[in-house]
Amino acid sequence: MGSTAPAEVERPSSDVRPDRPWLTIVWNDPVNLMSYVTYVFQTVFGYPRQKAEKLMMDVHYKGKAVVASGTREEMERDVQILHSYGLWATVQQDK
Amino acid sequence: MDAVEQNTWTRLGGTREHTSDGDVANMTDDENGGMSIGFRSTNGGVSVHLDPGEVSILRSLATQILGLIEPGSTGDDPLERALGIGSPAPPSDPVLARLFPPAYGDDEEASGEFRRYTEATLRDAKRADATTLLETLAPGELELTVPQGQAWLRTINDVRLALGVRLEVTEEVHEEVAEMSEDDPRYPAYVTYDWLTYLQDTLVRALW
Repeated sequence: MGSTAPAEVERPSSDVRPDRPWLTIVWNDPVNLMSYVTYVFQTVFGYPRQKAEKLMMDVHYKGKAVVASGTREEMERDVQILHSYGLWATVQQDK
Repeated sequence: MDAVEQNTWTRLGGTREHTSDGDVANMTDDENGGMSIGFRSTNGGVSVHLDPGEVSILRSLATQILGLIEPGSTGDDPLERALGIGSPAPPSDPVLARLFPPAYGDDEEASGEFRRYTEATLRDAKRADATTLLETLAPGELELTVPQGQAWLRTINDVRLALGVRLEVTEEVHEEVAEMSEDDPRYPAYVTYDWLTYLQDTLVRALW
């Protein structure tokens, strides 16, 4: 196994609830630029400009936005990439 | 979020500049007297004209980021090192805490596990970006490929996040700089921050 292989994390079985998806949430902050955040959503998720701008505006005016949903592992990967771009992103299970 | 006004910024050195129509990306050197006008799109990537003072500031800030973000430490266990597994504890420095935020807002244990498995990789990625900037940085006309431009983009953002924490900036930072006295001890740092904001915004638009 090479050093770049993704690490598998063992989860307690109580965490596995396939009925509720996991979410990637981006939170507002005073530093990240509106143009940059839009660009990151387009680049990381492949969203069209219009959808990326809508999500950016939700973050800006509502304080946060759900930018992706899926498995816990997928959302953790998204959050790691968003952190590499300096966005304030978190994972949580849908309520 | 920061809603930068593209047609107004405060230049390094304190002289306030206003472009005529805000369309800075399309201005030529003749129209602005050879001064830095930010990034432009080229055929294969982006380009920018930086004067020696601007290069010196970027070099200093990117070097500070490299000094702050040490290589991912992964403990003594050879297997953990091979897998890039590190500590679950969040960084105590507020700048590092912002650059490596908790992945779970409401679950400290899950955040710790995530950090253990990802922070070393993330540190290495941020260091690689800053290294790319330092290796390509030079005064005069500078050409970057798209991947190099994206590395610059992330490093300039990391520098702004770091300065943002230290200066405690708010979304009104540009108005504050515009109204700040040039004798204010915070003025040089705020002007640098404002210039980086402008530079980053032009880079995003050149990469789009």
